[in-house]
Amino acid sequence: MKAPTLRTETPQSALQSAELLRSCADEGVAVRFVGGETKPWGLPGSDCAVRLRTGALDAIVEHNQGDLTAVLQAGLPLRELDEALASCGQMLALDAPWGADDAATVGGLIATGDSGPLRHRYGAVRDLVLGVTVALSDGSLARAGGKVIKNVAGYDLAKLYSGSFGTLGMICEVAVRLHPRPPAQATATGATGDSGLLQEASLALTGSSLEAQALDVRWENGAGAVLARFAGIAATEQAEAARVLLAGTGVEATCVEDDEPLWERQRAGQRSSDGGAVIRVSGRPTRIAEVCDAAQIASATMVGRAALGLSWIALPAAAPGDLVTAIAKLRNVLAPCACVVLDAPEAVRAHLDPWDRHDDSALALMRRVKQRFDPTATCNPAIFVGGI
Amino acid sequence: MQLRTYESDGLLQYRATPQAVVLPGDASEVRDVVQACADANVPWVARGAGSGLSGGALPVQEGVLIAVTRMRRVLDVDLANGRIVVEPGVTNSEVSAAVGPTHFYPPDPSSQIVCSIGGNVAENSGGAHCFKYGFTTNYVTGLELVLADGAVVTLGGKEVDTPGYDLLGAFVGSEGTLGICTAITLRVIPVPEATKTMVAFFDTTSEAGEAVSQIVSAGIVPGAIEMMDTLTIQAAEQAVHAGFPTDVGAALIVELDGSRHECDARFDSVVQICEASGATAIRIARDDADRAAIWRTRKAAFAAMGRVAPNYYVQDGVIPRTKLPEVLARITALADEYGMRVGNVFHAGDGNLHPLVCYEGEEEAERAEELSGRILEACVDAGGSITGEHGVGIDKKHHMPRMFDEPDLAAFQHLRCAFDPRGLANPGKVMPTPRLCGEVPGPYRRHPLERDGIAERF
Repeated sequence: MKAPTLRTETPQSALQSAELLRSCADEGVAVRFVGGETKPWGLPGSDCAVRLRTGALDAIVEHNQGDLTAVLQAGLPLRELDEALASCGQMLALDAPWGADDAATVGGLIATGDSGPLRHRYGAVRDLVLGVTVALSDGSLARAGGKVIKNVAGYDLAKLYSGSFGTLGMICEVAVRLHPRPPAQATATGATGDSGLLQEASLALTGSSLEAQALDVRWENGAGAVLARFAGIAATEQAEAARVLLAGTGVEATCVEDDEPLWERQRAGQRSSDGGAVIRVSGRPTRIAEVCDAAQIASATMVGRAALGLSWIALPAAAPGDLVTAIAKLRNVLAPCACVVLDAPEAVRAHLDPWDRHDDSALALMRRVKQRFDPTATCNPAIFVGGI
Repeated sequence: MQLRTYESDGLLQYRATPQAVVLPGDASEVRDVVQACADANVPWVARGAGSGLSGGALPVQEGVLIAVTRMRRVLDVDLANGRIVVEPGVTNSEVSAAVGPTHFYPPDPSSQIVCSIGGNVAENSGGAHCFKYGFTTNYVTGLELVLADGAVVTLGGKEVDTPGYDLLGAFVGSEGTLGICTAITLRVIPVPEATKTMVAFFDTTSEAGEAVSQIVSAGIVPGAIEMMDTLTIQAAEQAVHAGFPTDVGAALIVELDGSRHECDARFDSVVQICEASGATAIRIARDDADRAAIWRTRKAAFAAMGRVAPNYYVQDGVIPRTKLPEVLARITALADEYGMRVGNVFHAGDGNLHPLVCYEGEEEAERAEELSGRILEACVDAGGSITGEHGVGIDKKHHMPRMFDEPDLAAFQHLRCAFDPRGLANPGKVMPTPRLCGEVPGPYRRHPLERDGIAERF
């Protein structure tokens, strides 16, 4: 049997993408979707004879400024999108890191369901994607959802495809909800070296009626902070109110107006240096102290969304074997919270299940979903939960 | 005879009497009933309060109706983590009551005092506060389900981003066709510090629509922004006497909530925008009673229609907000063509339009429905949707092909088949035509002739 030659395809349209998928399915070869290559996550996957680059699908198909919606092609770099929207005072409120060379694309963001600090206020990918056009391995091009911000017609496949890692087909185009860029921002911070106190301060803000744009925590080298960012015309007043509230819990509270570097650092904390690893913990606001302590023991840094209970632990570079051991320890301490390995050397992702997903009836259902949408296992095979 | 209690949901023109109605008391009884149906190959329909407006809970004649009205326990309140776990029969209002006074549950359909959370999950219910706060789907973090084969499945939990497909997102809004939920974990949030409500009156709906666009593009996200036209104002005013002028073209209710600082600053901008857009009068709610009166008028709009017409048909379409003037003009033209009166209530922020098609006798019902359908077509033509919050159910399934092509419907069916390959859960809803699920094809295997390079597959 002749090994299939590795080839790269760059379809020029969604239709071409669907045709390509069908011919690959017919040939029995697997396809790996490639956007900006900034998020090499999941299981290493099986060999794919075809790399399908989304790069040629890089258009802003529609920007409905008055409706605050846009239709975007998958290969569009997020940075380009952001520049275009900024010129109209708008934004896509999904501020996950853009990766090396700011190469991250719309499609990669949607497929991985990655998120940043703005998720606190505006929701996740799933909450901002209004509709999708996907190419399936049977060669069909299917749409779901729509272009309006409220719509319950048909199944919400836009959510199913968000975070599906391309395993159900190729996301070709998405309709998204946009938001106005806030005019002014200010941040209240509360610093402490006591993880228990950090959690207390964070819970005080989470339970308060102050409407933060972002509400994060961080922990590094035995010191932590709560950060509450406010936006809008009363940003400064709100940050001051948050500072007072924080001070009341006993942390060292201040207000920062030139706050962008603080938040850049939060975003950066979601990625690792070369040879390190990042673990995303699906936790709870009441377990933040435990996550800080676990990070401390592993000599790692931690950033998190205080109200969502979601955090990222970045382990410093180490030998793959040591990373595997460190990750196993973290999972042991933080169970039953899922600890998903994101950034990590391939040797690490091959050695342990990066998904931390138990085989249960929900996983069985996910396998059935995969079988129905991609019965030939053509699309990104063997990278997702349970080897899907 | 008792079975007939359940022959319709909130949409009375459809009726079907099921073979049996069961009222399970807990999750294990739900599982037993679903398993029994699976064993006997009998279809079933889940029903909450039966207040839905698309016939989603319409029974199937040859099947079983599973009403969750007895499953009304609040299982867990965890305010530190902003979560509540409830059984599906708990009403929408009871959720907010259980987490008050510090927290609340934002989705607030007009039927909130009776409608069940199970039904809200099935329909992905919205309400007046969606523009700022989102829909049911943005608040469900965990579900316990029973699938049509009797399997019990746990999706998500109190945590977010549990690894795997977002089956929560697929299930919420699936109108009872993917299974039945027996426990629901919801996100609840702190009550806003301040709330300010006003109503501005305009000569035309276009002017009010312009004000909405200006408010939104100024970066203001009102907790609610609702528009009523002359006919609905007149009807509602007759019913609740809140002192709305009845000779105006449109009333725009704007409610801001959030931090006191932000609310105060924004409220002044809203007033200025309304004045600049041509508001003839603005009434600012001075206290809670005043605020309640404004909302009573809005929430009475549907029921009050009964005062100006013996019958009416409630439509639920969505349009891009900026298309409001042209779509309203189209609706007026259609109403004239049919010689019928159409009132409009509009969740203006998110473009969700509720035209109320008035008709006299039963003999006009068919024409009213036809007009109502043509209004939907106008919404789809404007780039919108056939339903924003009432669902497709039985009522709108024939409109689905207006919005979706065959490959889209086939993709929907893939999801349906993954959850319920035998089509036992709420059959005959959502999809325009009945479809069967094929066997799952096995993994692709190369034919030996192919492998040896002797034959090729085309």
